Amino acid sequence: MRDVAVIGVGMNRWGELWEKSHRQIWTEAALEAIADAGVDHVDALYVGCMSGGLFVGQEHLGALLADQLGMGPISGTRVESACASGGLAFRQAYLAVASGEHDIVLASGVEKMTDVDGGAATYALSTAADQEYECYHGITFPGLYAMMARVHMHRYGTTREQLAHVAVKNHAHGLLNPLAQFRSKITVEDVVESVMVADPLRVLDCSPITDGAAAVVIAALPLKETRKAPVKVAASAAATDTIGLHDRDDLAWLRSTEVAAAKAYARAGITPNDLSFCEVHDCFTIAEVMVIEALGLAERGKGGEAAPSGMTALGGRVPVNPSGGLKSKGHPVGATGIAQIREAVLQLRGESDGRQVKDARWGLTQNMGGTGASSVVHIFTRA
Amino acid sequence: MSIGIVGYGSYVPRHRIRLEEIAKVWGADAPAYKRGLGLREKSVPAPDQDTITMSVEAARRAIVRAGIDPVRIGAIYVGSESHPYAVKPSGTVVAEAIGATPDIHCADLEFACKAGSEGMYVAMAPVKAGEMEYALGIGADTSQGAPGDALEYSASAGAAAYVFGRERLVAVCEHTYAFMTDTPDFWRREYQFYPRHAGRFTGEPAYFKHVLSCARGLMERSGTKPPDFRWCVFHQPNGKFPQRAARELGFTKEQHDQGLLSPTLGNTYSGSSPMGLSAVLDVAKPGDRILMVSYGSGAGSDGFIWRVTDRVTEVQGLAPQTRAQLEGRRVYVDYGTYSKFRGKIRMGAE
Repeated sequence: MRDVAVIGVGMNRWGELWEKSHRQIWTEAALEAIADAGVDHVDALYVGCMSGGLFVGQEHLGALLADQLGMGPISGTRVESACASGGLAFRQAYLAVASGEHDIVLASGVEKMTDVDGGAATYALSTAADQEYECYHGITFPGLYAMMARVHMHRYGTTREQLAHVAVKNHAHGLLNPLAQFRSKITVEDVVESVMVADPLRVLDCSPITDGAAAVVIAALPLKETRKAPVKVAASAAATDTIGLHDRDDLAWLRSTEVAAAKAYARAGITPNDLSFCEVHDCFTIAEVMVIEALGLAERGKGGEAAPSGMTALGGRVPVNPSGGLKSKGHPVGATGIAQIREAVLQLRGESDGRQVKDARWGLTQNMGGTGASSVVHIFTRA
Repeated sequence: MSIGIVGYGSYVPRHRIRLEEIAKVWGADAPAYKRGLGLREKSVPAPDQDTITMSVEAARRAIVRAGIDPVRIGAIYVGSESHPYAVKPSGTVVAEAIGATPDIHCADLEFACKAGSEGMYVAMAPVKAGEMEYALGIGADTSQGAPGDALEYSASAGAAAYVFGRERLVAVCEHTYAFMTDTPDFWRREYQFYPRHAGRFTGEPAYFKHVLSCARGLMERSGTKPPDFRWCVFHQPNGKFPQRAARELGFTKEQHDQGLLSPTLGNTYSGSSPMGLSAVLDVAKPGDRILMVSYGSGAGSDGFIWRVTDRVTEVQGLAPQTRAQLEGRRVYVDYGTYSKFRGKIRMGAE
């Protein structure tokens, strides 16, 4: 396997992009990544997209986007793993370069979610759960994560306020990210008094519906010369768990994240203590709590203490979601995994401006599908 | 030659339903809805009230304030998205009821929530052209919100009517400007009982884009700025949107509060900004300038600049004032009664 580095990144402002189409937001991000890399072509493209079909009635994205880029007949591959589609698309692109099949590849993600109403968006997202054993009974993702939160609270004493601190912290970070959807400061009171979605989760515990895209260009190392400092992919790992929450031995544990992280740490030759920062999948506040436990950043059952203690804030021991996370930056599901990687690259290049983590050396990204039925973990370092 | 409002009138039904009563039925978080929408209660039409009856009430009051014989009215334009008949005009019924037939031109208008201001806009034209002495523009609605939908907390009922002419004016129309695009944020197709809307798309690219662009265009063309106005009135789909529009344009609470009726009236759709204007005229002083901008989904805004004349003080007390109707005797109904009144209960074969 060859070593691989990220040499270019691109992303547009996320939010409710009423004036832009699915293909347009993707193309903007892709062109920016290609320009940032300073390359004149890519050998192949990978795109993570959860549900072009249900959100905009468009599938067959590999061909469509290669054409949009004006780079047909390059190979175009669409990757789907629910909300982990972006992370898994990056992993497929990484494998294509590491294996020697391609030299320069575009890894990207896109989702246009606001062309449908809230009910249709909720339905589209629910297809990531187990249709026969979960959705037929009326459960939605906020409902599933609410049950996970309940178990965590019951067993470990995690509090309502501790969950709120995750959203407060990620909004504080997002305030420093010019591309974030919600650039607003919120308080613990705002969160605990916001509209109830699925008890105990309130609207400010939930990541939003977002339009957005992100793209990165990767290439095989060693490189003769690059426009920007290359950032090495130190590890890439993916794992799965039961798709239905009810089939798990422990409802309050993300096994797929634990397994993928263990593989990634072993491959990179580091431990959780070496990490300078993480970008994790905080689709709901409880998710960040459980993810940092599975990543080994907090003891099992103690994840709730991290945000209130300041450990995971910028300036803390290991900042989690310096980009603002899914909560503040937005969550265009297929693009999220790629945007996490863009943030890791900017941090390791020292280009994160106001939200820069000091002396960033190792960065980890964790992207998750469903209630953790799939997890993708990457570790990056300066090449 | 000046043209403008000779008489105005409004009508608010007596029944009300509180937001908590609706939220209770749907298991919704009432305090959060009240905060989010800026609404407390809304008017409810009784079973024998509809767009035509409310138009007649408002028109009669406008004629009283105008102090004219209704036969001198040359046109009636009724704007509504709840005309009782799909085919058969509302305007002719109103004309007959107020005694304005048969030398009259009638038309029913529809443009979501903008139909009322549209009626005003259109009614001024033949008067300005010298085709007739007086014309009547009416905005009225018994608006529909699907049970459980966010619109159910706001969709209410009310009407406002304006007699336009060239003499004995209460308010001179100094400028008009309209701003329209094809923006599908809210619609109801034929044979559908309730309208559909595109959720959050109804905000930024729909309401705010059109209201703000229309207000800015109107001020730019007339060379005016917010401090030149004593009052401002915007379309009021809820309590929040118009307040934000006013703030973004640089208007103060003192300029905006008098015409803001939605927190206790709800959204009277075609009646909304015309009713807000009537509440302002009820208290306006000679010389006051008023900026008014409506909004209708689909989408567009009509903008007007009115300058109040000396005659206003003579007519303010001639008919029931808008806030007096809003804050006067009210009858609160529960959700069951509301459902019956609004035809939400299916009574078997009909």
